[in-house]
Amino acid sequence: MSIKIDTKSAVTQTLLEQLQKHASKVEFMPNNEIVDAIRLLEDKGIPNNKHEDYKYCNIESVLRKEFKTVEQSFNELTHDDIAPLKLDEAINMVVVNGNYHLDLSEKMVVKRFNILPLNDLFPAEKNRIASLAKSKTDALIALNSAFTGNGFFLEIEKDAVLPMPIHIIYINSGKQNNVVNTRNFIHVRENAEVTIVESFYNLGTGKVFSNFVSEKLIDENAKLTCYTIQTENELTYSVNTNQVSVNKYANYTNTTLTLSGELVRNNHNVELVGENCEASLNGLFITNGNQLVDNHTLIDHQVPNCQSHELYKGIAKDKSTGVFNGKIFVRKDAQKTNAYQSSKNILLSDSATINTKPQLEIYADDVKCSHGTSTGKIDEDALYYLKARGIGDDNARKLLLQAFAQELINKLEIESLQERVLHLFEKAL
Amino acid sequence: MITIKNLHASIGEKEILRGINLEVKAGEIHAIMGPNGSGKSTLSSVLAGREDYDVTAGEVIFNGKNLLELSTEDRAREGLFLAFQYPIEIPGVSNINFLRTALNEIRAYHKQEDISAKDFLAMVKEKQALVELDAKLTNRSVNEGFSGGEKKRNEIFQMAMLNPKLAILDETDSGLDIDALRIVANGVNKLKSKDNATILITHYQRLLDYIVPDFVHILYKGRIVKSGGKELALEMEAKGYDEIKKEFEIAD
Repeated sequence: MSIKIDTKSAVTQTLLEQLQKHASKVEFMPNNEIVDAIRLLEDKGIPNNKHEDYKYCNIESVLRKEFKTVEQSFNELTHDDIAPLKLDEAINMVVVNGNYHLDLSEKMVVKRFNILPLNDLFPAEKNRIASLAKSKTDALIALNSAFTGNGFFLEIEKDAVLPMPIHIIYINSGKQNNVVNTRNFIHVRENAEVTIVESFYNLGTGKVFSNFVSEKLIDENAKLTCYTIQTENELTYSVNTNQVSVNKYANYTNTTLTLSGELVRNNHNVELVGENCEASLNGLFITNGNQLVDNHTLIDHQVPNCQSHELYKGIAKDKSTGVFNGKIFVRKDAQKTNAYQSSKNILLSDSATINTKPQLEIYADDVKCSHGTSTGKIDEDALYYLKARGIGDDNARKLLLQAFAQELINKLEIESLQERVLHLFEKAL
Repeated sequence: MITIKNLHASIGEKEILRGINLEVKAGEIHAIMGPNGSGKSTLSSVLAGREDYDVTAGEVIFNGKNLLELSTEDRAREGLFLAFQYPIEIPGVSNINFLRTALNEIRAYHKQEDISAKDFLAMVKEKQALVELDAKLTNRSVNEGFSGGEKKRNEIFQMAMLNPKLAILDETDSGLDIDALRIVANGVNKLKSKDNATILITHYQRLLDYIVPDFVHILYKGRIVKSGGKELALEMEAKGYDEIKKEFEIAD
């Protein structure tokens, strides 16, 4: 693959050159997507804080400062490394440094779903790749499309109701600075139902820029419940894009819990394309130190009679920053839309920042849309009440913050996952 | 039990308590009455350790310790309990978890081990009955969606669970209908012993028909202007506070 690089951004240019050295041809990606990707990157470069959507999240500057050189060398992982990350009640699949790892993944004990490395797809499956997440719409999708690893394609068969969740463990294991592009496509066929847990870890010793893209296609009357657990460490800078398409009578729910990571940018884009479908996006983050967590959601109501709900909560400590930007787009035809959005945040220090911005663009005239946002300190009256009963300051604060977060932790309907997250949450407090 | 000497307290520039003197011994019930704005709730808040107030003079000795030097939580652990006039709603924190945490922190302070789950539940059951609190409420979030009467009963339930040496009941009778008042008063009477003491803060005499005080003090403009036995409360009820106001307005 030869790429002519002539871009205004030196950062993008250096990055592309470095990645090109290590990259092999991304076989499953349609050629036009790769062409679009390079064009977009040449034209626009990696976004910095001059882009409205990246105002608080300067990806270009992170790459310039932390990823001047990219080594792309990785530690091998064994079953022992994976064991503590697995969930007992789930089928555990493993993706290492962007590549679906057959040996570390569990054998399939449950029928009626298929998981394949992206490089092994038949043409009919291949056609779906990049049908939802398109290079020309976003620089990070473009970067992923041009340089992604051999991720997976997961299909839940028509009418299949999986008796246990699928847990996908994404691990980075870089020795030195590296950039990992991870890709997947999840297709839930008609009337099927599945719960998917996606957990993100960095077990490496070097810094990683993790650029994740997931396409999720939910067919008529199907139900996809996703739990995203982000617990990468302070060596990790990640951008996570979910591009979701929800068809007639289908249901999509995602709950994203961000418990660590130096920079975490989530782009969650949901298109409601079939009537009477429903989407719920929930999120909880807790930030420490100089961490930045930036949640951007877009719910695109394209057709009538659909519902969407969003609930995001954040706790910011130290000098950290949390962002919630929720856009609800109701198109002209999307009458009888019902969209609700809420963002609640607690600042635990004077140097912490929360930026929250609801964005409603409504072009239909018979809709119900509402949004609410609040950012404040911990409730002093409640704190006093707890202390007046003998509970110490530390424990009283913990009780109140846990109470604040519990609403979201309760959305994880897998007991051991709830316990794991609660433990991580308490550690982060 | 508690000795309050020349206690002065302000909020901002405004002095609210202007030299309170009071001694409460074990086994006693004291009622503090007074018109609105006389400093009744300020007194209870200052004793419980609310940070909005500045103590400008005086001292409070509680069980031989300088109360004003203790944090809010340590005052509670030493055995001081304030039943709030307006109990706080805390969504997401279950009543039961809240109480277990409080009880265990108090026990840890006295170098006792955590209470076992079995003993704790037995205790919850027993004390719930005392204030006729619906078992469902103990599993709900603290005071969330409780009626006014349920909130007050929950305060007395907490008091029963934590077994304080000194309980200060701040306007516990306000907003209660006669049945709820009877239940609350009954709870307080049953918890009374020769080893503990109670300070009732109230605007009306009504509560004192159910909980009979040993002493009654009239608080006005930040000072105790009159003390007496239970008959003083009846006298106040009959005459109103106007006479007190007249008498001490001049002296002010």
